Amino acid sequence: MLQVKNISFSVPEKQILHDISFSMDQGKFIGIIGPNGSGKSTMLKIIYRYLKQSSGQVMLYENDMEQMTRKKIAQEMAVVSQETPVLFDFTVKDLVMMGRTPYKQWLAQDSKEDFAIVEESMKLADVLYLKDRTLGQLSGGEKKRVMLARALAQQANILILDEPTNHLDIEHQLQLMDLVKELPITIIAALHDLNLAASYCDELLLMDEGNLHMKGTPEQVLTEETIKQVFHVQAGISKNPFTQKLHLFFYAENVGRSEDK
Amino acid sequence: MGVKNLAATKGDGELIESPPVRKIDSSEKEKNKHQRRFKILLFILPLGLFLSLTLSVMLGPVTIDMVTVWKIVLSNIPYIGDGVTAYWSTAQQNIIWELRFPRALLGGIVGAGLAIAGVGIQALVRNSLADPYILGVSSGASVGATLVILFGALQFFGQYALSIAAFLGAFLSVVFVYTFARVGGQISTIRLLLAGIAISMILGAVTNVIVLSAPEEEGIRSAMYWMMGSLAGANWTVLPIPATAVVLVFAFLLYQSRTLNLILMGEDTAATLGINVDAFRKLLIVVTSLLTGVLVAVSGAIGFVGLMIPHMIRLLVGSDHKRVLPISALFGAVFMIWADIVARLVVAPEELPIGVVTALCGGPFFIWLLRRSSYSFGGR
Repeated sequence: MLQVKNISFSVPEKQILHDISFSMDQGKFIGIIGPNGSGKSTMLKIIYRYLKQSSGQVMLYENDMEQMTRKKIAQEMAVVSQETPVLFDFTVKDLVMMGRTPYKQWLAQDSKEDFAIVEESMKLADVLYLKDRTLGQLSGGEKKRVMLARALAQQANILILDEPTNHLDIEHQLQLMDLVKELPITIIAALHDLNLAASYCDELLLMDEGNLHMKGTPEQVLTEETIKQVFHVQAGISKNPFTQKLHLFFYAENVGRSEDK
Repeated sequence: MGVKNLAATKGDGELIESPPVRKIDSSEKEKNKHQRRFKILLFILPLGLFLSLTLSVMLGPVTIDMVTVWKIVLSNIPYIGDGVTAYWSTAQQNIIWELRFPRALLGGIVGAGLAIAGVGIQALVRNSLADPYILGVSSGASVGATLVILFGALQFFGQYALSIAAFLGAFLSVVFVYTFARVGGQISTIRLLLAGIAISMILGAVTNVIVLSAPEEEGIRSAMYWMMGSLAGANWTVLPIPATAVVLVFAFLLYQSRTLNLILMGEDTAATLGINVDAFRKLLIVVTSLLTGVLVAVSGAIGFVGLMIPHMIRLLVGSDHKRVLPISALFGAVFMIWADIVARLVVAPEELPIGVVTALCGGPFFIWLLRRSSYSFGGR
C-alpha cells in the first residue's frame, strides 16, 4: 500500500538519507531500527510529509503523496511523534477530540459520533480515567498514551509511531505494543529497543548512516553479524522462553574479549 | 502476547507497601466547569459592557444622568432619533455625542482588539510571554508618531498624519521582523521572537534619539503621552477603521479556532492533523500585525492588555479558542473602558495616560492571579 521510491534527503552540507526504497503491505507491523542519527525519524517525517525529500517519491495506494491534500493524508495516516505539547490547559478529552480534525469542515461542531469515537479511543489507550485532567498534570507515559489516543481517534489506515515506548515503564511499554499490534491497520514504528522490535514487528528495516542496510523478518535482520556491523556491539541471540520470540543479549566488544582469555 | 499473565518468581528484594492510590475525582460538575463559566460570561459580559459604556459616558467634569445619556445617543441615530424630544442643552449634546460617546466606543474597540490580537500572537509563537507588540509593532509606530509630533512629518495628511505615520512605522517594523525570521522559506518561532526583540530595541533607540533632539520641551511631553497610550484623540471619523479591523480579525480568528488550537500542539502534530502550518502562520502574522498596527495608530501603545487578558480568560474558560476569543474580546472592551474612566477621573481635570492605568491596575491583579491559581500559563 505504501511505497517509498528512491528517497534522498539533504540539509545544507549534509546528506541525511541516501536513495532509500522499500514498500510495505497492508496490515503489517513494520519496525524501523538503527543507531542514533541513522535517519529513522527523518525517514518517518518524510513519510508523513512533515519534511520534504530532496528527491524521490512516496506513493500511497499508487498515488504520489505530494499530490494529496494534507487533509486527505491526515485521514489516511495518523502519527504519534516525539514532541509533546506543553502549552496551555487543554483537557485530555479536548486533545483526543483534536484527532477528529481531518474530518471537520470549517465551522462544524463535534458530533455524537465524534464523541463516541473519542471515548472509544481513550478506552483503548487506557486514558479514559484521565479525560478531564489537563496535560500538564500527567506523567510522561500518560502523555504518550494520550497522544496515542488522539492518533487512534483519527481512524487512519496507517499509524506511524516515532519511539512510542520512550518514557514508558515496562508494563506500559508492553501494553502499548500489544494494543497497536492488535489494531487491524498498518503500523510503522521507529524503535530503539531491539527486543521490543523483535517480538512485535512482522518486518524490520535496519538503517545505518542514512542507508537502508537490510530489510526482512526479525530472524533475518537481527543476527550477531549485522548487529556487530551496525551497532558495534556483540550480541547473543536467544529465544524468550515465554513468548518464543527472539531475544537479544548485548555486551561491549572488550568485555567479550577479556572473558575469552 | 501472554507476557503479562506469567507468574513472577519472588525476588529477594524487600517489598515496600505503598499507600492505596487515591481515586481520581471526575464529577460531572468538574467536567463542565469551563463550559458553564463560558455561558455565564457570555451572558454577563455584554450586560457589563453596556453598563460600563453608559457609566463612562455619564461620568466626567459634568455628570449627566443615564436617561439623558441614552436619549441623546438615540436622538443621533437616524430614523429612531426622530421620535425623541430634545430637552437638553447643546453643550450636553456636544459633550455626550461628540466627545464622550466616541471615546468610550474607541476604548471598547481598542480593548477588544488588543485582547484578540494577544490571543492570536500567543498561539502564533506558542509562547505565553508574547503580546501584540512582540513583533515590533509598537516601537515602529513610536518612531513614526514621534517624527510627526516633534518634527511635523507628513503634514500633507493633515489631522491623519499621526495615525498614518504610526501605522506605516508599525507595518515597516513587522516587515523587517518577518524578513529576518525567514530562513529557507520557513518561519521559525524562536527567530521570529528574537528578531522582534532586536528590531524593537533598535527602533526604541531611534525613538529616543528623535525625542532627545526635539526642538521644544512641550513636544516631548506630548510624545511621551502618545507612547503611553491615550484615547483622547477619539472622534467619529476615527472609529470606522479600527472597528472594521477588529470585527474582521475577530471573525477570521473565530473561524480558524480549531486551527489555532492545533498549532498550540506543535508544528509536527498540527501538520499530521491536516493543517498547512506554514501558510497559516504567515497569514496569522499578517492579520494580527495589521490589526495591532491600526489600533496603535489610533490610541498609541497601550501596554499590558494584550498580554494579560488572554491569560485571565484561559484561566476562566479553558484554552479552547472557540471560548477564549469571544470572552477575551468582551472582557478586553470592558477593561479598557474602565481604564479610561480611571484615567480621566483620578487626577481630573488632568488626564493620566491610559497605559499607566492598565499597568497600575491590571498588574497587581494579574500578580494576584499568578500567586493563587493552578493555571500553568502555558508552561510546565
